[in-house]
Amino acid sequence: MAKHHVTTTVNRQPVELLCDTSETLLDVLRDELGLTGSKEGCGSGDCGACSVLMDGRLVCACLVLAVEATGHEITTIEGIAEGNTLHPIQQQFLEDAALQCGICTPGFVVAAKALLDRNPDPTETEVRFWLAGNLCRCTGYDKIVRAVLTAAAKMREEAVHG
Amino acid sequence: MATVILQAAFARRYTDGQTQLDCAASNYAALVTALEARFPGFSRSLDSGMAVAIDGEIYQTPLLEPIGPDSEVHFLPLIGGG
Amino acid sequence: MGNEKEALKAGIEQGTYKWVGTRPIRPDGADKVTGRAAFGADLDLPGMVTGTVLRSPHAHARIRSIDTSAARALPGVLAVVTGADFPELPNEVAAGGEAPINFRHISENVIARAKVLYDGHAVAAVAATSAEIAAEALSRIKVDYEVLPHVIDVLDAMREDAPVLHEGLITNGVEPAPTKASNIAGRVEFAMGDVAQGFAEAEIIIERSYTTAAVHQGYIEPHACVASVTADGAATIWCSSQGQFMVREFCSKVLSMDIGNIRVTPAEIGGGFGGKTTVYLEPLAVALAQRSGRPVHMVMTRSEVFRASGPTSGTHVHIKLGAKRDGSFVAGEMELKYQAGAFPGSPAFLGGMTGFSCYEIPHAKAVCWDVVSNRPKCAAYRAPGAPMASFGVESAIDELAQQLNMDPLELRLKNAAKTGTRTIYGPKFLEIGYAETLQAAKAHPHWSAPLGPNQGRGIASGFWFNIGGQSSAAVHVNENGSVSVVTGNPDIGGSRASMAIMAAEVLGMDLDQVKPVIGDTGQIAYSFLTGGSRVTFATGMAVVQAAENVVEQLRQRAAKLWKIDVEHVIWRDGAAHCTKADEAARAPLSLAEIAHQAGRTGGPISGGVSINAAGAGPGFGTHICDVEVDPETGGVKVLRYTAIQDVGRAIHPSYVEGQLQGGAVQGIGWALNEEYVYDAKGRLQNAGFLDYRMPVCSDLPMIDTVLVEVPNPAHPYGVRGVGEVPIVPPLAAVANAVSRAAGLRMTDLPLSPPRLLAAIDGAKAAG
Repeated sequence: MAKHHVTTTVNRQPVELLCDTSETLLDVLRDELGLTGSKEGCGSGDCGACSVLMDGRLVCACLVLAVEATGHEITTIEGIAEGNTLHPIQQQFLEDAALQCGICTPGFVVAAKALLDRNPDPTETEVRFWLAGNLCRCTGYDKIVRAVLTAAAKMREEAVHG
Repeated sequence: MATVILQAAFARRYTDGQTQLDCAASNYAALVTALEARFPGFSRSLDSGMAVAIDGEIYQTPLLEPIGPDSEVHFLPLIGGG
Repeated sequence: MGNEKEALKAGIEQGTYKWVGTRPIRPDGADKVTGRAAFGADLDLPGMVTGTVLRSPHAHARIRSIDTSAARALPGVLAVVTGADFPELPNEVAAGGEAPINFRHISENVIARAKVLYDGHAVAAVAATSAEIAAEALSRIKVDYEVLPHVIDVLDAMREDAPVLHEGLITNGVEPAPTKASNIAGRVEFAMGDVAQGFAEAEIIIERSYTTAAVHQGYIEPHACVASVTADGAATIWCSSQGQFMVREFCSKVLSMDIGNIRVTPAEIGGGFGGKTTVYLEPLAVALAQRSGRPVHMVMTRSEVFRASGPTSGTHVHIKLGAKRDGSFVAGEMELKYQAGAFPGSPAFLGGMTGFSCYEIPHAKAVCWDVVSNRPKCAAYRAPGAPMASFGVESAIDELAQQLNMDPLELRLKNAAKTGTRTIYGPKFLEIGYAETLQAAKAHPHWSAPLGPNQGRGIASGFWFNIGGQSSAAVHVNENGSVSVVTGNPDIGGSRASMAIMAAEVLGMDLDQVKPVIGDTGQIAYSFLTGGSRVTFATGMAVVQAAENVVEQLRQRAAKLWKIDVEHVIWRDGAAHCTKADEAARAPLSLAEIAHQAGRTGGPISGGVSINAAGAGPGFGTHICDVEVDPETGGVKVLRYTAIQDVGRAIHPSYVEGQLQGGAVQGIGWALNEEYVYDAKGRLQNAGFLDYRMPVCSDLPMIDTVLVEVPNPAHPYGVRGVGEVPIVPPLAAVANAVSRAAGLRMTDLPLSPPRLLAAIDGAKAAG
């Protein structure tokens, strides 16, 4: 069966690749492009460990077929930091110890960015419901939620005072 | 004399039902030797995986841990964890 | 204050702690938040091929034959293995290990032999050049099964007429031994005093049965490994596990390979909680790598994780608790029946050892039954065996408090275990901090906050021994005075940070100059696995001793450079200071300065230590939970949760708080929603995260924590293990809260909405 030719943008870089019909975006990110930061926790869109942004919209890469990426802009965890300058969300996760094993962390960082991009001042409840699609088994979510709220406050402050 | 205290089921099987024994031994290995001499087959019980507690301190892989004249010794199953 | 006498003996002067108790950013943090950290599935080696597993669709069946010829003939298939390709091991428990292990059972669980014993049991494995070809190959393997009747529930498995899993299994621990095989693998009994006498003296007795369902550790990262075997027979394994030395040992046993011929590199691990303290894929990957001559990459799907790794036991717990009217406990008896899964080895005996251990009870007895049944072989899950027994005991205490009209916290205080309290398993407690957790609970605003309609508050306590064990550490001084700290324990919860903190504390140096490294089995001496709440305690102890060893060498080098006797050199604030009266004007020599001259003064400076750490301090926790019950749906909302624990000393408080929060939430899930659901054929119905319902962010409030510190005298910084205790109290804390909110005693977990609603409606109907 002939492969499909996909032209897309990943983390602001143009990308061309060949894939099978059945391959997911997660498969090609990890296996073709070597971007292993997005993780497969379940393959069925229930755990959020493969969270990426597609034109700024939060999606599970395991639920997107690779062929669907054509013509879209994909942002993965590898594209969140600016070079070696961490995004405020990433920095806050470190300061607040919002990770233990770290396997869910890429998914949470991407999901949190998607939230703060559209709602810079969420309540705790809004944060919890937005992140309900990301499973964490180590932390009980407490420090993750606190880190997101604190990062949001710092980002609002930065936006006002520059 | 150190006091060795055993669970009832264990004692029924290996020490003729005696749950409390006095034993002169300066370390764990000597204690096991002495108990084996008194109750042949006793050391076989340890092969299934037993730890020892000496004066409240639990040792999972004991050999020559010291035992004092007033020590209390217990045998208990090995404890793992998750 | 540090262990100053010991420190001074080592020639180290310390004031208040510089790093212990602070909250620096973890050394591996940048990689983890940017997706750079390499977990088990992330490794890509040249020539790597895909391994995949054919699994039984039956809960119980005899394998009449397996025909792999069509699979082998498929282009792209490089190797196929079945049970016949693995050595037969003796049916015996291996002595001399840290826990009694029957490697024949481990091997038969990794790949089936004559029978399959659960839905998901591995039957064959294939290595192929692509995942598609591997999947196609599996579909071409013909297995002829003779399906047998199956049994899953623990009580059903104990019945006289139950289908028997192992024809030769005779119950251990029953005298006289039974003549017929059964599913009852073993009976263990603990006792102290005389329970008959105790109950005769009791003025009030609570007696109930409780049940818990099989639950999974729920780590987000599926099992994953890469194995490579070279032409000279040397195997290399990269895998996510809780212990690279354990993987090496287990593979050497299952494959009858020389342990020295296997090297295991730990990948980062995406959660374990005890579920990764054994092997599933690794021996299969090595066997396929041996035959294909290629590195073989194997990852479990989420469905495979649920069906074929090691959920903990579903249980039946019977509790009888006797007390005086003033609340003093006089007698406690429990009978525990735990599912072991397909092979013997449930943690029932640990439930018996822990269930009553928070209390002084003069007469106590625990009978613990280990029962096999047709579900996956259970693996450890955080304080294995303890949560279920405690669920029963702590619920019974709550009911006793209600009947005596006593505050359940006061009732526990009245009977609290303390230094010198005898345990049911024999020894008396040394220094413990249980009562302190109760006092902290009493003083906490949560305890006295008001409750509204349909709301209830539960309190429960829990205990875990914590272990020490074998650990190794090496501290190497680099030419610029920075330091590597090498240990052999995978970092599952932030332990790298604690190792760096302890080394920096001893050396008195800047924390960011300390680089922790986790070595593979060829790079660091033997270390027992990461689990049992042992790493900060035992590996930390090895790190401290290795750092002290380095300090001794630094003092010697300074003495040489100063041409004075080493007894006049003291180590303080990361530098050597001269204490000789007539030479006191000498400027201190920094670590960097001494390191720079290492070659001249004797060579590289490094210290390696291997220990078998004893003196692990037991841990106690008390949790308070508020819930609101919806009487129309049976839904439960957790409104507020506080976890209080004696942690000895928190090296990095954020990661200690994290253990309390994570364990509590696992317990909340265990109490409210998680369970294995089987169909009439014994096949798992909810092998995914949608229907195996773990707590999500929106289910929970913040989890408040209180770290009580009663230092453990056996550790240089007073550390007690903390990781496992937090999962012990929540089952009863939640159930007690729900019981009080609903006005009903809930005894069967999980308290999922259909169950709770049925109980509420049933009570209404009864009037």
